[in-house]
Amino acid sequence: MVESVDSQVPLVSIRGLRFSRGSRVIFDGVDIDIPRGKITAIMGPSGTGKTTLLKLIGGQLRPSAGTILVDGQDIHRLGNRDLYRLRMRMGMLFQSGALLTDIDVFENVAYPLREHTDLSPSMIRKLVLLKLEAVGLRGARELMPSELSGGMARRVALARAMVLDPMMIMYDEPFTGQDPISMGVLVELIRALNDASRLSSIIVSHDVQETAAIADLIYVISNGKVIESGGPEAMINSELAWTRQFMQGLADGPVPFHYPAAELADDLLGGTC
Amino acid sequence: MLNALAQLGRVGIGMLERLGRGHLLLLGILRGLPDLLPRPGLLIKQIYSVGVLSILIISVSGLFVGMVLGLQGYYILSQFGAEQTLGVMVAASLVRELGPVVAALLFAGRAGSALTAEIGLMKATEQLSGLEMMAVDPIRRVLTPRFFAGFISMPLLAALFSALGVLGGYFVGVGLLGVDDGAFWAQMQAKIDLYEDVFNGVIKSVVFGLVCSWIALFQGFDALPTSEGVSRATTRTVVHSSLAVLGLDFILTALMFGD
Repeated sequence: MVESVDSQVPLVSIRGLRFSRGSRVIFDGVDIDIPRGKITAIMGPSGTGKTTLLKLIGGQLRPSAGTILVDGQDIHRLGNRDLYRLRMRMGMLFQSGALLTDIDVFENVAYPLREHTDLSPSMIRKLVLLKLEAVGLRGARELMPSELSGGMARRVALARAMVLDPMMIMYDEPFTGQDPISMGVLVELIRALNDASRLSSIIVSHDVQETAAIADLIYVISNGKVIESGGPEAMINSELAWTRQFMQGLADGPVPFHYPAAELADDLLGGTC
Repeated sequence: MLNALAQLGRVGIGMLERLGRGHLLLLGILRGLPDLLPRPGLLIKQIYSVGVLSILIISVSGLFVGMVLGLQGYYILSQFGAEQTLGVMVAASLVRELGPVVAALLFAGRAGSALTAEIGLMKATEQLSGLEMMAVDPIRRVLTPRFFAGFISMPLLAALFSALGVLGGYFVGVGLLGVDDGAFWAQMQAKIDLYEDVFNGVIKSVVFGLVCSWIALFQGFDALPTSEGVSRATTRTVVHSSLAVLGLDFILTALMFGD
């Protein structure tokens, strides 16, 4: 895809983002810039709204305040037709893979092509096989999603996400629950695809080592705010106690080991439940 | 007291919100019809899943209901020496009421619950979100074909139920209890009116098909994306569809046959 806006302008620009679920504030004035052609990681503990952020960028959720510009377009002001047109240039890898379970691997990857293009069946076949070859699963094209391991399902989903040659791919916890080999494969693939296809990638993850190994830029978020941002080295050696605790996986620190509760003695002696 | 009122208000608002979401979903489903017409394959696949796979339970149930009708009808009619009108009684009961209503109840239990579970699980496994992010509207691509499959299948299943019910009644009445073969069919032919009986029955089954499919799809689409949420949604589909069918049957019967 040809980038329509100057390459110096961030691909995704988030300003003053606020989002709540009921009375719970998920984001409270978040500013993030996702540069073009790079791998940007959004990191933070579980439950900080990382997946929610991807859904906000993809226009699946609406913020209560703030703007999200994707390739220069305010995604929450677009009509349905323009939103879907923009989404054709955005790929997303869901945590579960989100493969359609009633069709095989080949048809899953071919699905966006059949929906959005008038390509001939032979051309679709070639494109799908090339994408499956890129993720190492050309030989698995006749398998059903239920026959795939978790790592294979994510690789198929990755092939599907990039089959329309999008400008960006969003990865939702791509490494969670993967064995070391699958994790290594995914790390390699994400970096290689980003560079070979001149993509922009957003990885949402709390797997520090794997993400830091391939990210060009890391945003650390917690409690609805961006705590810090910078390159992987800078984040790992951060001066901020919170960032250091998260990046180095320390058990105690600004994020306490104990969930807030009454004194243990009071609980043991006086409580009824 | 105030708390109870506030709770009642919250429940009422919640119900109205769900009703509103349900109607918006129905509108979205109907608006997907132009997209469905050029892709009949999507519809045929769902008609197979929703309709064809329901044929066995509908057929067996229709046969047994007809046999019971034949048996009960014979014992009652024979007390008045009117057992030769058994064919009319069986056919009128089936095409007017039992065919559309029982077929709809079975449809809600077999196909409706399956639709809800399928859509709910697609939501829980992020398949619907995945479609959205592939720039494919899940309502048009997933829900619309299933809705029209139910809409089309229901009258056909009700007709099958009634036809097999009549055969069941024939088997018991004529085959086992000795009602005259000619009288069974001739009375039925003379007394069953195409418009008043058959056509009204078809209208009922069309309405039930629409309502059962709508409820099943809405419950699946609105389900909490957890195993418990899908389980509850499936239960709600069967309960709401059954109540809706029985309630609507009374209203439609009053409109069609009331003075």
